Amino acid sequence: MPTPKKGARLGGSPAHQRLILSNLATSLFEHGRITTTEAKARMLRPVAERLITKAKKGDLHNRRLVLRTIRDKGVVHTLFTEIAPQFAERPGGYTRITKIGPRKGDNAPMAVIELVTEPYQPKQRSKADRPAAAATETPAAPVVEEEVAEDTTAEDVLVEQVAADEVAEEGDATEAAAEDAPAEETGTADDAAEAGEAGEDADKA
Amino acid sequence: MAVPKRKMSRSNTRHRRSQWKAVAPSLVTCANPACGAKHLPHRACPQCGQYGARANQRPVL
Repeated sequence: MPTPKKGARLGGSPAHQRLILSNLATSLFEHGRITTTEAKARMLRPVAERLITKAKKGDLHNRRLVLRTIRDKGVVHTLFTEIAPQFAERPGGYTRITKIGPRKGDNAPMAVIELVTEPYQPKQRSKADRPAAAATETPAAPVVEEEVAEDTTAEDVLVEQVAADEVAEEGDATEAAAEDAPAEETGTADDAAEAGEAGEDADKA
Repeated sequence: MAVPKRKMSRSNTRHRRSQWKAVAPSLVTCANPACGAKHLPHRACPQCGQYGARANQRPVL
């Protein structure tokens, strides 16, 4: 048994949805850009891109497959002879959707879907990603250590003995921090607990 | 069919409806220096029809 697709359907019935999408695709290839609702644009995008992929192959079989969706032979001709050669070296992503805000009348979110006309430029892979990530990790550790140091200095004023203990603790914590981040977090938690106890001791004294 | 057992009091109705509040949308300034209008983020500017960051703006409308 054929299972209907998940989610909302355009138009109400499968046949109506097919007709809407084929008409939208026809208009898109005829005019190059169309304004429609965001939902229709989002559903049209994969349909149109598949048609362009078929048009790029360009043989008779693929032309017949495209003619199943686009009934207008003139539009299919322009698709195969003018639009498909533009996308010869572009590996997918032939269309672009830009949201243009709600429509007057029913407040439906509208969008412009258009064929990408710019010449294809492959993206350069940035090698700065990994060093940047490492750089963000390393400054994090000293910051936490400074916070610990500030906490301990505040306690130093109150109780000398406990402060001395904490300095030893802090040395341990910094060593742990040098090793790895999770250990450092537990170290700070211990220090916070120590600080709380120290504060209570000071009150008693 | 399940139906409500009691009439909902005016108080309860009004308490519920008092929570229906409109919130002002957060707007961004159009990146087009000639326009500079406020518009919804991630949408084309309705005044000048431009979309995108300062570097790669493109007309949409």
